[in-house]
Amino acid sequence: MKDILLPVAHVFAMVMMVFAVTMLAPLIMAIWEQDPALWSFVVSAFATFALGALLWLATRRFKRELKTRDGLMLVALTWVALPAVAGFPLWNYLPVNFTRAYFEAASGLTTTGGTVLSALEDLPRSINLWRHLLSWLGGMGIIVLAVAIFPMLGVGGMQIYRAEMPGPMKDSRLTPRIGQTAKLLWAAYAGLTAACIVCLRFTGMDWFDAVCHGFSALSLGAFSTYDANVGHFNSLRIELVLTGFQILAALNFATHYLAWSQRGVRAYFRDAEARAILGVLGVSCLGIALFLYFKGTYPDFPTALRHATFNVVSMATDGGLHTQDYSLWPIFAPMWMLFLCSIVASSGSTGGGIKMIRTLVLAKQANRELNQMVHPNMVRPLKVGGTVIANRVVFAVLAFVFLYFMSIVSLIFVQLASGLDFITSLSSILACINNAGPGLGLVGPGSNYGVLNDFQLWVCSAAMLLGRLEIFTILVLFTPTLWRK
Amino acid sequence: MRIIILGAGQVGRTAAYHLSREESNDVTVVDTNEDMLRDLQDRLDIRTVIGNASSPRVLEAAGIAGTDILVALTNSDEVNMLACHIAWTLYRTPKKIARVRSADYTEREKLFGENALSVDVWISPEQLVTEYVARLIRYPGALQVLDFADGRVRLVGIRALSGGPLVGQALRTLREHIPTADARVAAIYRSGRSIQPDGTTVIEDGDEVFFLAARKDIRVVMKEMRREEAPVRRVVIAGGGNIGFRLASELEYKSQVKLIERDPKRARRVSELLNSTTVLLGDAADEKLLLEENIDGADVFAAMTNSEEANILSAMLAKRLGAHKVMALINKPSYAELIESGSIDVAISPQTVTIGSLLAHVRRGDVVRVHSLRRGAAEALEVVVHGDADSSKVIGRRIEDIVLPHGTTLGAVVRGEDVIIAHHDTTVQPDDHLILFLTDRRHIEAVEKLFQGSASFL
Repeated sequence: MKDILLPVAHVFAMVMMVFAVTMLAPLIMAIWEQDPALWSFVVSAFATFALGALLWLATRRFKRELKTRDGLMLVALTWVALPAVAGFPLWNYLPVNFTRAYFEAASGLTTTGGTVLSALEDLPRSINLWRHLLSWLGGMGIIVLAVAIFPMLGVGGMQIYRAEMPGPMKDSRLTPRIGQTAKLLWAAYAGLTAACIVCLRFTGMDWFDAVCHGFSALSLGAFSTYDANVGHFNSLRIELVLTGFQILAALNFATHYLAWSQRGVRAYFRDAEARAILGVLGVSCLGIALFLYFKGTYPDFPTALRHATFNVVSMATDGGLHTQDYSLWPIFAPMWMLFLCSIVASSGSTGGGIKMIRTLVLAKQANRELNQMVHPNMVRPLKVGGTVIANRVVFAVLAFVFLYFMSIVSLIFVQLASGLDFITSLSSILACINNAGPGLGLVGPGSNYGVLNDFQLWVCSAAMLLGRLEIFTILVLFTPTLWRK
Repeated sequence: MRIIILGAGQVGRTAAYHLSREESNDVTVVDTNEDMLRDLQDRLDIRTVIGNASSPRVLEAAGIAGTDILVALTNSDEVNMLACHIAWTLYRTPKKIARVRSADYTEREKLFGENALSVDVWISPEQLVTEYVARLIRYPGALQVLDFADGRVRLVGIRALSGGPLVGQALRTLREHIPTADARVAAIYRSGRSIQPDGTTVIEDGDEVFFLAARKDIRVVMKEMRREEAPVRRVVIAGGGNIGFRLASELEYKSQVKLIERDPKRARRVSELLNSTTVLLGDAADEKLLLEENIDGADVFAAMTNSEEANILSAMLAKRLGAHKVMALINKPSYAELIESGSIDVAISPQTVTIGSLLAHVRRGDVVRVHSLRRGAAEALEVVVHGDADSSKVIGRRIEDIVLPHGTTLGAVVRGEDVIIAHHDTTVQPDDHLILFLTDRRHIEAVEKLFQGSASFL
């Protein structure tokens, strides 16, 4: 046990020190604005760095190259422990208990974006910047960032990269060196974020709101600096910008990089996932707009289309930004949106859920089984977008989806047992495990997760971490063989 | 440097390992075996591409455009040569190295070049291993004999034994022992650890000593380290495969060679091709056969079959039955370490022998030859220095004034036809070939920088 954990702790200590550096951003903001949260950030940044340094020194003797299981453990440990560290300034400054601070930080880092805080516009700007920055860091992944920064993670880097990157097939790389690949992905991510921020600034936000919402859009987190979320701005142009960038964020960042390096959009058309995502989103937006119009929710079709488009895209991509309280829409629409948030986001994107590639694989596998019944001697490999998917991957996808559904069902039962109503239980778990953000019922867009009690919040936090690390990485911690020598 | 390796066989995997552990190399490996590639990618920081090595589409997927070196190491000579040709024709890849085994191709120099097959360098691992083993047999007592400057200088690894006049003496006294010859001790390994040799270092019994000397002086220097052994007269080779056969044909004129081969067809074929070698049909691990063929009178028993386990066992058996010195071909580095401390005298790793010829091409600066030593931990290299006293950090300086990284020894200078063993007052001149020994391969970048010259010169 000791010689399994300590080498991992050594690398984790480095991650902590890097993380402490990111706290300088809100700290500088606090100095600039001279806001009262300054002291909390000074203490947190210092404490995090000191803790990391101490741990690093204490475990120096155990430094060694990471093996597969170390990688898994590092990623799981990082994601479970960092929200506690990240929540520290919130806990220190705001009148919330540790559970709520942890939930808020976990919600940021996993890019879920459900909040327990209200009166957001009255919070110090440094606190709001910190919440959004957490979202942004968690979007592409802290570990992927670490792999990009520390070249010595080398071979071990691949293990941990795989444990954090979403999607069933992670062996394809943009460049031979894993560190280089991580750098390119972060560059694509940062570049798109910058573009989004500039667009937001010129469609009417001030710089601060533009940065915060740019972070939210690209990381597909749902944090906003206003209680009414994007509805606060009531601006069609802002909604269009955010819709566009949320769709981009839900596509594979490797595809973005390819498109950029080829200076053309061909890469998107070649990406089977991207085609499916755009198709599903297009049909859903139009369908729900028509549904809302005929149900009389909105008086005219353009308004219905506007609200349907923004909220459906946002929810389906697991972004979770919203302009309307869609929990008040006829139940078909929000349930469809919850369904979409489980499947739409692409592998290698910042979204959550089971990912479009797995949906495609499962659909094709189902189709293959059906055909096999008619033609028992048929030989047909499973292809997605012209590439043959190995049976090994199909099995992994099946196992993943089984675990995903079992996790959802059991967590819903836990929420029900704790006394929540059905819609709230169902939607809170779905929204959390898919890292989407707001749910329905008590936790709908009109309210927030603040109404849940501490126990229910811990369940939601667990669901968010499970979803962000695609279940396996967390569950593997509970397999006895991992801990055996 | 961006490198594509075609073929993930034994040699391909070792090449990927050695090349990718250097920070500056981006390595992509292409093979048709998916499981092999997955396993490789788990252990090394490389990219892998599944597919046929000579297919342009696969090469494109591996990023051939912009690649600096293509190393074709698949099992098929034809695929290797074709892949190199395609890479040059379609993508103008600057350097293409192909593994070409068949002497049928390699004998015809016109095949490779401007208006022919675009292969810049061909290597034949079997040929390299054969030459290596043949050198070892020519110098009985040596653990390693490596050529530099077309064989004018050799690096010899030898285990010092009490009985050698220099053993128990300081290195400084070497000059007094042999006034006519000159040599430079580049490294000493004592119970697996390297010690930096200087004039006062005392050689102990059991030390592994690496020294550089001109070819003609080698025997004299070796005699200082251990009692001279009689030249090899009787050789028994186990395995009539590619290496065993080549070795036999190389040795059969000077020594009395027996070759044991298990497969009747192959034995027949080999016996047709060889002249004075006695080809025996049978199992090399068969005690009766070995005794019958007077294994106790053999000077060298060399186990050269394809199976390393069989090599180890037959070599151990031969040793027990009285063969004077036994050698075994061993692929797995971990086996090699196990074995050399035991009853087998020399473990030969084909990959380590081969990898050097690849490494010479990825080194920056004008590096002509690289030999990988001690399973890749150490390296010996031959560098040509260019430029003048202003543009180079070494030209015009005395060796004592050149700051070398820790664990690096400058052993010899080859100037035209002359071999100058390096002394503190030797001055480096333009176009000298310097021979360096690095006990720690990790300093390679510092050494490269030293010899690259200033940026303006490049």
